Amino acid sequence: MTFPKLAALAMIIACGATAALADSALTITETRAFETAPGAMSGGGYLTITNTGTEDDKLVAVTADFPRVQLHTTEFENDVARMVHLDAIPVPAGDTVTLAPGGMHVMFMGLQGKPLTAGDEISATLVFEQAGEVPVTFDVVARDMPAPTGHENH
Amino acid sequence: MKAVIFGSATLAAAAAIGVYTWQTTQTPDPCGNTSVAGASIGGPFELVSETGETVTDTDVITKPTLVYFGYTFCPDVCPIDSMRNAIAAEILADEGVDIGTIFISVDPQRDTVDVVRDYTDNFHPEMIGLTGSPEQIRAASQAYKTYYRAVEGDPDYYLVDHSTQTYLMFPETGFATFFRRDTPSEQVAEITACFVDQLA
Repeated sequence: MTFPKLAALAMIIACGATAALADSALTITETRAFETAPGAMSGGGYLTITNTGTEDDKLVAVTADFPRVQLHTTEFENDVARMVHLDAIPVPAGDTVTLAPGGMHVMFMGLQGKPLTAGDEISATLVFEQAGEVPVTFDVVARDMPAPTGHENH
Repeated sequence: MKAVIFGSATLAAAAAIGVYTWQTTQTPDPCGNTSVAGASIGGPFELVSETGETVTDTDVITKPTLVYFGYTFCPDVCPIDSMRNAIAAEILADEGVDIGTIFISVDPQRDTVDVVRDYTDNFHPEMIGLTGSPEQIRAASQAYKTYYRAVEGDPDYYLVDHSTQTYLMFPETGFATFFRRDTPSEQVAEITACFVDQLA
């Protein structure tokens, strides 16, 4: 086994749920979603995409077992939030693109009856214009909780 | 927030080109937060509580209270803001300051009593979630000078544009100040505690 392949394998092992593609220049990390209320109808997913290659790419879709999954961002004007559907998220060569709370996110829609619970995993597929389909797992995690007090956290 | 002081002619012009903004000054309030000068925010409203009962502002604002308008279908901004407010309430509880938190839905079509109750309980067991008829919500939003608009075109998965500021309201004196969404929970707690001291 050559060293680069070994390094790639080590990266796959080190990153756990992360998809590190041996034959692609994309590294996907920090795939996660926040838990939702029992009756929630939607949830947000987040991730980081690093393109170490020389070719620009685009995230054009995310598929998962929900009635609808879309890429969104939020724009703010005079304290008014406007969520906007994105057709694609560019991932230029050499860049890292982060989908993080308060900005771009994956929106899982139509959760009725199946809330996201901390500890769950969401199997999904990222669809890139160049790299094609990349299977990933979003770990469902608790939101940042209030400072420890006598209250039980929900 | 930038100072935006309009003369009436400018206001008319701004309205004519559809500019949505507030009339504000940069004068800090006694607690060091930017306040809204001259605007009367808050007042009577009638909405539907987590138990399905019709309630008024005096039923739910019984102590210093953080009031936020949002919708539960919103997966990113509203949970962040609601959690920020819940954390501020927890910080103050640890300091012996009892405040309330209220989430008012601007999505009457999807946000039923059950949905709003589950949603708010997820952030804080005592957060009050209010919904209502389209008319009730419209009236409450207008009283608080917030903006919301459902984006048309998708019957089930539509989005709602909405204001994101959180208001600090007192039972007797009404509006104290507001917090933009980039204000961290610690600062919300600190400024709220200052107002509680001032108005106690």
